[in-house]
Amino acid sequence: MVDVSVESQSEGQLDTVQMLVNMGPQHPSTHGVFRMVLMVDGERIVDVEPHIGYLHRGSEKLCEGEIYAQIVTLFDRLDYISNLNNEMAFCRAVEKLMSLEVPERAEYVRVILCELNRVASHLLFFGTFGIDAGAMTPIMYAFRDREKIQSMFEAVTGARMMHNYIRIGGVKNDVPDDFRQRMTALIGELRQGIDEADRLLSFGEIFLARSKGIGVIAPERAIAYGASGPTLRASGVPMDVRKDAPYSIYDRFDFGIPIGEKGDSWDRFYVRVEEMRQSLSIIEQALRDMPEGPTITPTRLVLRPPQGEVYVRGENPRGEIGVYLVSNGADRPYRVKVRPPSFCNLMAIRELLLNTYVADAVVILGSLDIVLGEVDR
Amino acid sequence: MLGNLKGLLVTFATMIRKPVTYQYPKEHKPIEDRYMGFPVLMWDEKVEEPYCTGCMVCVRYCPTQCMTAVMKDNPLHADGKSSRRKIVDTFEINLGRCIVCGICVDVCNFDAIEMSHEHELSKYARNDNRSDLGRLLEMGWAYQQETGWRPAKEKAAEEATAEAEN
Repeated sequence: MVDVSVESQSEGQLDTVQMLVNMGPQHPSTHGVFRMVLMVDGERIVDVEPHIGYLHRGSEKLCEGEIYAQIVTLFDRLDYISNLNNEMAFCRAVEKLMSLEVPERAEYVRVILCELNRVASHLLFFGTFGIDAGAMTPIMYAFRDREKIQSMFEAVTGARMMHNYIRIGGVKNDVPDDFRQRMTALIGELRQGIDEADRLLSFGEIFLARSKGIGVIAPERAIAYGASGPTLRASGVPMDVRKDAPYSIYDRFDFGIPIGEKGDSWDRFYVRVEEMRQSLSIIEQALRDMPEGPTITPTRLVLRPPQGEVYVRGENPRGEIGVYLVSNGADRPYRVKVRPPSFCNLMAIRELLLNTYVADAVVILGSLDIVLGEVDR
Repeated sequence: MLGNLKGLLVTFATMIRKPVTYQYPKEHKPIEDRYMGFPVLMWDEKVEEPYCTGCMVCVRYCPTQCMTAVMKDNPLHADGKSSRRKIVDTFEINLGRCIVCGICVDVCNFDAIEMSHEHELSKYARNDNRSDLGRLLEMGWAYQQETGWRPAKEKAAEEATAEAEN
């Protein structure tokens, strides 16, 4: 590619030229079909051009042609690692538009499952981030525990990933009889598993060298880019929708918001590990307080919410999800707009990558924890 | 160095543990009761006909339009054997297209369609995932045998009588 003349070499000074490196879309460490065009000067990245849209399915437009009950299945497929959190965001939007009451028990079931989904999502991040940094073992530990959560979902919702369980007005059906007992056992196992995985990876010197001080983003810049969730909290901004604008029944639980100090890749990683522990504590509290009662407010299958628009926000594992819903009184929404957390977090990628090494690009991208299904929609 | 050694200790501790892996094609993970596999059609043993009347409500509400159904006059009704005036003539589900959301089961008024435990998608022929009425009923029958399924209405009625007796 570079034409280096013999003459210049003989002077003892090599002429170097910047090189264009294409990374993706079919690259295992871009976590989906994400493409980055890197301009590198030796090992150093001097320019980044991210390309998205390879997984664009037109979900928002599809929503306009489906009845409200069917749209829940589309929201399952946005952030396909934390399906229940997405379902909940959409169902809350419709409920707010219709001023629909959700039974107490349903709220508890929702919170328990959403927090469990958060743990599952962060466990997946834990494993893949290890791989990004070159550690192959942690994903085995993370997936062992995630598998238990998936089995739990299977027992409750009937599906391991695309649940369609949270419905407008509540949840599909009540939890199984042995739910409390199984959940208690599961929480114990998860606590143990997370501690074990944490011991395995988080404080190893090689891992620290790969992630500490890499991809630092200042709190002001993170806010300016619209980052949210663990990506923002790692920079030391204690912003969490569950605390700032409590929705559902999150105001009843006592939990902390783990924040990082420097905003580097390791902080973004460890904030998530701590968050898993907080989520488990929320689940424990919710299991303790869960009342008996109905789990769904019966509604018609074909809903016709009144004319109007509504915006709800919720805390997804990846950050703040927003659903903007406009209804013109018909059985299908007029417009659905999603504010996906990982899309906004991804905006910071250029600033994060500039002047870093090529080998660190994978770690930095991994630490943002993007899901392309949600970025492209 | 210390951190790495601590991590290594975890690895060594795992060496003496039992593996948690299932060797999939040979060994299957146990399926939960509520597991939603492919939608299948149920068979009414009492009158020897499907529960499905071919009313197409599931077809209309399917988010992926993976099914088709055709209705016909029920010959057994003409003979006075069945209370169903109409019955399903042909029914086809493209299981490759089905997203297993369970909406068809929710909307069905006759308890005719149910999410089975069937979940294997790999087939020998290209079109083998297009299941016709016969295959859907076959899969449904297997599910009925396996779980002792009964229609929700019948179940509710039985429970009511049992309560009345008590």
